[in-house]
Amino acid sequence: MDQQNGNTKKYGMVIDLDKCTGCGACMVACMAENNVPFREDDTDKLLSVSWMRVYRLGNGKPFPQVEECYLPRPCQQCEGHAGHSPCVSVCPATATDYDMRTGIVSQIPTRCFGCRYCMAACPYHVRQFNWWDPIWPDGMERMLNPNVSVRMRGVVEKCGFCFHRYQLATDKAYLDGRRELEEGEYQTACAQACPAGAILFGDLNNPTHAVHKIAQPDSTHGGRPRNPKAFRLLERLGTNPKVYYLSSKEWVRKAGDNQVQRTEQTPKA
Amino acid sequence: MEKPQVNVTSAASGHGEKEEGAGGAVILFFILGLVGSLLVGWVLFPQLLYSKKRQPVDFNHDKHMELVSDGCESCHFFRPDGTYSGVPQLAQCIQCHEEPNGEDPEEVKFVEEYVKKEREVPWLVYSRQPACVFFSHAAHVKMAKMDCVTCHGPIGESTSLKVYQANRITGYSRDIWGENMLGVKRKSWDRMKMDDCAECHAGAHVNPGSVQTQKDGCFVCHK
Repeated sequence: MDQQNGNTKKYGMVIDLDKCTGCGACMVACMAENNVPFREDDTDKLLSVSWMRVYRLGNGKPFPQVEECYLPRPCQQCEGHAGHSPCVSVCPATATDYDMRTGIVSQIPTRCFGCRYCMAACPYHVRQFNWWDPIWPDGMERMLNPNVSVRMRGVVEKCGFCFHRYQLATDKAYLDGRRELEEGEYQTACAQACPAGAILFGDLNNPTHAVHKIAQPDSTHGGRPRNPKAFRLLERLGTNPKVYYLSSKEWVRKAGDNQVQRTEQTPKA
Repeated sequence: MEKPQVNVTSAASGHGEKEEGAGGAVILFFILGLVGSLLVGWVLFPQLLYSKKRQPVDFNHDKHMELVSDGCESCHFFRPDGTYSGVPQLAQCIQCHEEPNGEDPEEVKFVEEYVKKEREVPWLVYSRQPACVFFSHAAHVKMAKMDCVTCHGPIGESTSLKVYQANRITGYSRDIWGENMLGVKRKSWDRMKMDDCAECHAGAHVNPGSVQTQKDGCFVCHK
């Protein structure tokens, strides 16, 4: 087990917003994969549950210059400083936790008692509350994913980077006598479903993985991307998220974190 | 002033005699009550709490262990994708049990009721965990090289299947809580609760990954 210690993973995502068409396949794939409950009328997005949500951004300019961008938002899996991500720090029930071996923020619904501190702490609206017990349409119970437990009302849930897929992949690796996973063996449902290939998933610590090559995280500066096209949401908060976004458009990068962009770019201009 | 005094002493002595007799009765009543409630708690309550079911077909592990070459994994095998097959399905039994082997009524029942009708046997799984638990047989058996007996006990040497007891409130098998109502554990396979997993997982040889607990992370076993 000691060999593992020196080789900790930091699973992360790179989402290319230039490629994203806003089709919503990632949202559908995520809901199906993770048994996310829905209601007949799910129009009130403050009450509905969706681990992956695609937001529409606009540059707010009139017709000739108008531009749009879609931004898929899974859990950002913040590392914060030494694993103290905003939600993990406030949870009084130890229902959410940061795993140093995978870099994934876990959420254990059976441990959660629904105080929703984490929802208040999360700056990304990633966490959602189950206001109702899930009611599946007739026969859909048989379509549920057995690897993800179904949540009851009164608990918070969120994206966990399809952690069950990591477990299944490690099971196969163990059977083959390996401890290390190949890049393709563990992929999230949204990354696989994206028809545009906008979502990349892998180990940010592994220099051979695409996410590391593209985002080029700077470990001496809290994982900030070295790639000038890359940015993280609300970088200024120091949440140290593991989801990197790519955009060739400056207004999109600014929208991701207004304040830092402004202070950093004024001297240059 | 004299009369009341006499009255008081006589009354006091009379009361004292009565108290001794009543004290004995109270102690007896207390002991009977204690024994009674202990009997209810230790004998009657478990009977009420657990339902008893027989397995659909009785199975002789011992006899099968003599015939197979690869121990437990001959029937409880790993699939190539790393998942664990668990309780065998009919397809694995059919090779030998297309026709009844002998006169045993359980054997005849198995072939007539299930093999010939191509119905899967609805086995009751003693070690079934709640839906929120993830357990990897590959990690324990293949990577950590643990043997089956550590958690499941010497079930391979049994000649018949024991009565399946389900907790009427939770629906879980009694093997999860353990036979002992106090939860006393003498052997490693007596219980299958979270604490029993944690006994090893909190140990030094398992990687502490959790920021909250400095032990093994919750996601390791929970889903």
